[in-house]
Amino acid sequence: MTHVISTLVGSIIEAWQELRIHKTRVMLSLIGVAVAVCAITTVVGLGAVAQQATLEQSERSGGRAASLYLSASMNDGSTPAGMPEIWRTALERYQIDYASRVVNTSQTVQFADGAVPVQTIGVDPPYGTMHRITLAEGTWFSDDDPARLAPAVVINAVFWDRLGRPDLRTYPTIPVVGEHTTTAVVTGVYPSLSWETEPAMYMLADALTAITPVVTDPNLQFGPPSYELWVPVDVSEQLVSALQRDVQGALGSGGSVQVNRQDYAAYQDGDPYLSLKLTVGAIAGLVLLLGALGLVNIALVTLKQRIREIGIRRSFGATASRVFFAVLMESVVATVVAGVVGVIAAVLIVKSPLVENFISQGQVTDFPPFPVEAAILGLVCATVVGALAGLIPALVAVRVKVIDAIRY
Amino acid sequence: MTLLHLSAVTRTVQLIDAPPLTILSGVDLVVDAGDRVSIVGRSGSGKTTLLNLLGLLDNPTSGTMLFEDRSVQSLTSGARDRLRGREVGFIFQQFNLLPGRTALENVMTPLLYADGRQFWQRARIATEMLERVGLGDRLGSLPDRLSGGEQQRVAIARSLVRGPRLILADEPTGALDLETGETVMDLIDEVATESGAALVTITHDPAIAARAARHFRLDHGVLQITKAVPA
Repeated sequence: MTHVISTLVGSIIEAWQELRIHKTRVMLSLIGVAVAVCAITTVVGLGAVAQQATLEQSERSGGRAASLYLSASMNDGSTPAGMPEIWRTALERYQIDYASRVVNTSQTVQFADGAVPVQTIGVDPPYGTMHRITLAEGTWFSDDDPARLAPAVVINAVFWDRLGRPDLRTYPTIPVVGEHTTTAVVTGVYPSLSWETEPAMYMLADALTAITPVVTDPNLQFGPPSYELWVPVDVSEQLVSALQRDVQGALGSGGSVQVNRQDYAAYQDGDPYLSLKLTVGAIAGLVLLLGALGLVNIALVTLKQRIREIGIRRSFGATASRVFFAVLMESVVATVVAGVVGVIAAVLIVKSPLVENFISQGQVTDFPPFPVEAAILGLVCATVVGALAGLIPALVAVRVKVIDAIRY
Repeated sequence: MTLLHLSAVTRTVQLIDAPPLTILSGVDLVVDAGDRVSIVGRSGSGKTTLLNLLGLLDNPTSGTMLFEDRSVQSLTSGARDRLRGREVGFIFQQFNLLPGRTALENVMTPLLYADGRQFWQRARIATEMLERVGLGDRLGSLPDRLSGGEQQRVAIARSLVRGPRLILADEPTGALDLETGETVMDLIDEVATESGAALVTITHDPAIAARAARHFRLDHGVLQITKAVPA
């Protein structure tokens, strides 16, 4: 055991001495490896940010995993009269905190340059969390908002621009034109997507139905509310069945209900980002291979200059296996150091606000921490490359004839 | 006590499209502990091959070679390497100090292949060895900052730092002027005597060879004694 420890420590000391003495050569040869490790780690790290951006985008449109959608109607197409009570009962029974009604309507809003129909979605306060709605200005609906006399609205940036970007601290109001014109207060502004050119807004479902009674004619564009729930993935299937059963039971044979899961994760088997990861991994692997080839090349060239030194070491009792291990360790120690440098550089790159914003394109609210697996992957790659790149020089080194080497 | 015993040792090498070349033929040599042996010979006489055999760097083609009554030929490559590191110290003509390493690091190098106390206390042992050869004030000096004589003293300290029982000196003064060469040989003799190690010197220089108790001449692969130990 003592022999093994002293051999290991001795080999590391030898490797470190070699690196210290030939630091210029080593640094030059390791630039390629450090760059490659930095590239592979950066790409994996940025991949995580891009993945998060895609994920959040999916969650904004379709809800988080698992989002259940419930729609109910009577057989004649009308809205079930007891649906509010059925809905409330279901939420209480299954202790679901994140749930929202969703009412799609169009409301006419009076702007300075005329009245314009504005796409309006009536929701409950949890909808903001369920769909990861981030606000550029102001706040999302709170539990106090239903008590407002003037309904609160959260508008998109296009809408805000059209209003002249008023300061929300001044409680800007908008007239919603209808049978009775209602004054609404703008409490928040959410960013518009790049393709959005028309004003849109959210309003609390109760406020919306108060100013615009629900249309029960199924032939009209805007109908009764649908219902959305965000539930744990592992119980989602049971909840689909349970809600289907409960609501159908409450409606009786005169009504029908459909409950299904519609978030992005419901349609994908396995890792949805596997192809992206494989592509990125293949590119990074090629970069790493180029770095390794450079390392092998320089190691072989410099080994020629070290034949005498190897012969001297052999004459002092270095066994062939020890020389093999020492040469291999030089490569491994060097590439691990390069790997650490590469990983640090990658962390600095990935976590820089400039890069994060560029990759996320404003679509990420929860920036993921730098993925540990990316850092580990970088270091493992560096070690493996070091071992592979050191293998050939190490095999050459053990074939050195001692006296010939000393007299080289 | 017999340290090294070569009996009817030959060394031949196979050549492509030619009959085998005999480099050493019927070599008989006994080296006892504390012995002083010199071997002279012209270039091409087989000195290097003999040095390889004595230093356990090569195996004879035929004959027997014993190191402390153990057959060297039966040892594995690793065992031979370890035996060499433990029992044999080399002093080279060109010093062969490792470039870029200080005198202390050079002397510590053989101790990297030791274990136990020698490994873990290598800095202290190497420092004492350098002090013993008069270089206690040059521990941190790089080889290119040392004179030829100082470099050879570092090389001597390095060859003796593990306490070998056999010192093989290959033209130890070949790269030194006459006066420095004499001083270095005095030092080798002194340190070898102190440690009780046998000293085998291979040289062209008759004056250096004359310092040994027994003289041999190697001519066309045949080793002949030219001066025996006085009775």
